[in-house]
Amino acid sequence: MSYGLVAIAILWTFLFGYLIVASIDFGAGFFSFYSALTGHENKIHNIIQRYLSPVWEVTNVFLIFFVVGLVGFFPDAAFYYGTALLVPGSLATVLLAIRGAYYAYNTYGSSKENNKIYMALYGATGLLIPAALSTVLAISEGGIIYLADGKVQLDWNNFFTNPYTWSVIVLALVSVLYISAMFLSYYANRAGDEVAFGVVRGYALIWSGPTILFSFFAFLTLNRQNPEHFEAMLDISWMFIASFLCFLFAVYGVWKRRWLGLSFIMVMLQFAFAWYGYGRSHLPYVLYNYINIHESVTNDTMAITMITAFVLGLCVLIPSLILLMRLFLFDANYILGKSGKKG
Amino acid sequence: MSTLDPVLMSRVLTGLTLFVHIVLATIGVGIPVMLALAEWRGIHTGDGHYTLLARRWARGYVITVAVGVVTGTAIGLQLSLLWPTFMRVAGKAIALPLFLETFAFFVEAIFLGIYLYTWDRFKSKYTHLLLLIPVAIGASFSAIFITSMNAFMNQPQGFELVGGVFTNVNPFVAMFNPATPTKVSHVLASAYTTSAAALASIAAYSLLRGNKHTYFKKALKLTVISTFVFAVATVMIGDFSGKFLAKYQPEKLAAMEWHFETMKEAPLIYGGVLDENRDIKYALKIPYALSILAGNRPDTEVIGLNEFPEDEQPPLMIHYFFDLKVTNGVLLVVIPLLYMFRKWLPGKKAYPKWLLIGILALGPMALVAIWLGWFLAEIGRQPWILRGYMKVADAATTSPNVGWMLLLFILLYLVLSVSAIRVLTKLFRNKNAEEELAMLGLNSKGGSGQ
Repeated sequence: MSYGLVAIAILWTFLFGYLIVASIDFGAGFFSFYSALTGHENKIHNIIQRYLSPVWEVTNVFLIFFVVGLVGFFPDAAFYYGTALLVPGSLATVLLAIRGAYYAYNTYGSSKENNKIYMALYGATGLLIPAALSTVLAISEGGIIYLADGKVQLDWNNFFTNPYTWSVIVLALVSVLYISAMFLSYYANRAGDEVAFGVVRGYALIWSGPTILFSFFAFLTLNRQNPEHFEAMLDISWMFIASFLCFLFAVYGVWKRRWLGLSFIMVMLQFAFAWYGYGRSHLPYVLYNYINIHESVTNDTMAITMITAFVLGLCVLIPSLILLMRLFLFDANYILGKSGKKG
Repeated sequence: MSTLDPVLMSRVLTGLTLFVHIVLATIGVGIPVMLALAEWRGIHTGDGHYTLLARRWARGYVITVAVGVVTGTAIGLQLSLLWPTFMRVAGKAIALPLFLETFAFFVEAIFLGIYLYTWDRFKSKYTHLLLLIPVAIGASFSAIFITSMNAFMNQPQGFELVGGVFTNVNPFVAMFNPATPTKVSHVLASAYTTSAAALASIAAYSLLRGNKHTYFKKALKLTVISTFVFAVATVMIGDFSGKFLAKYQPEKLAAMEWHFETMKEAPLIYGGVLDENRDIKYALKIPYALSILAGNRPDTEVIGLNEFPEDEQPPLMIHYFFDLKVTNGVLLVVIPLLYMFRKWLPGKKAYPKWLLIGILALGPMALVAIWLGWFLAEIGRQPWILRGYMKVADAATTSPNVGWMLLLFILLYLVLSVSAIRVLTKLFRNKNAEEELAMLGLNSKGGSGQ
């Protein structure tokens, strides 16, 4: 395996990690706000808060890790994406900033249990951020970033009139709500909170339909945007079929109110198959026609050093993450709200 | 806005983001150490006051960490958004520290989350205290890695530049460049100083408002003595930094000191103004001091600014940054010293008002020193982004929209700063320390509660 392939596999995995944890986080923020609007807040708010509080900081790191890793392994990516994405990148940063800060204000700083304005900011940005970030996927397919007089430019017109752009955005939105509701169903069930479970189970089932629908739609519109990539996807179509089967199992489980832990694992597998299938068929390009993993990868010494650093880093990270999950995800007393009030 | 120079706008925006982030990052590095100190004292002596102190600090700390995370995210992304050409070239040499920094931060984030939600959860109180070790290590190592990257930009090495491309890269040589030891240690020591000083300011403020409880006096003692210890270390490392500059970056030292002619027995200039002929007026001149600063001997030869071509000379205003920073540094040693000898001071009061006001000023002074130190370091290496290799003007984005983004971020930082300050003040007002002490049954003078 070439260094480029190892590097992109590492980065893609981190982005997948971000996809899952951030979806839970973004969706939960939105549900929390929505339930406050509709007067259901006491039903699901506590469950959401108990899960989110200890992990919110970790979510952000996954994204930073990806960005830093991408720039480190593929410095050309910094040049092309950096120049072209100044405006959307800055907007996404501002949204992330507002969301992070106001979450902390509401959770740790507010005297009232729920400050409506803080919650609104938190909920709304939770949907805008995935929409903003997902546009990078559309841009990576090519045809939107171009070079003119040696300067990197972004073709806004092509970007906004492109059906693929919009199908990716909508897919990101509905997936966030779906993944989050599926996770919260599992979490509420573990906590033995029947009322919350009823509410989030409803959300999960409602959002499952649009998720699979827009997955198909994104798949079809890709054909128009980048036929080469589309062909490559057809070659590994088994991955997408596997993804669909996982989806069916997960929704069936939640529908039957059974095997909720397994169902959430199936949700993760559903997205893993789709995500790695999409990523694998995107290769060798990181940005279609401009950056590919063989030519743009950083020098060998740096690649080896960074991969080594990554492996050593994982030796610290994985035990820490397991500890975090054991304390807050799999600890019955904590989930039930019997221990671990903030200091 | 689009006609404005993207290079200048990029510089201003990067500067602004760092200006905001450095406050929070500094506190982020230093407070875990203070938390550990207070909680350890609480457990060790069985004095519940210290434990409460740690709890109350931790509550405020989360807010600053949250805002620090988002401004840190901003600078992380802006590196590529505003300086794409720089990242494309230098990314091949500096990716490692940047990458490692995120690992360190990851560890900090995980254990901070655990720490905040596990008070009273473990049987042994020491278990909870131990959680602070990875938090403090993570925070300090973030600072170490990111500072080594900045050190590289001041003192690039570990590569060859062939036709605009970095070849023969050795990431470790790049990371452990000559600027790294002094920069990293100065950043760490000053972060600990600033955090201790900020907490000392809070304690002094409570006492000035007339809170007489022994809790506040204990807080004052712990924080002021910590400030003293860290400030002395910072000043000593600062002296090493001067010697480093004399050897490796003489143009920065020369601009800092308005030292134009290369000479031995060079005097140190404090304050003053320059006229058009670069003659110094109204300044305090300390004979031999610059030579001693540069090489510990009065006959050390110090290279003057005139040895450098005009377009490679740093701006001369950094002289004022240096003078003010050093003044603040000295006060950060002197005021805690006065506190420690307060019993021998004239007057009858144990805590004279002027002394408390001085301690109240410690936090702001340390913060201003941090800002000035970074202005000095960053403006002092102009016009270079990679000293000796790449000028700032060749590194910035070519996008015409930087001006608008600058406006957007000015607005964001204003909103974040104002709201963070409001939330932090409300947090401490709503749960006032004396009520909490009463609730915990810690109102008696000795206070060995729990």
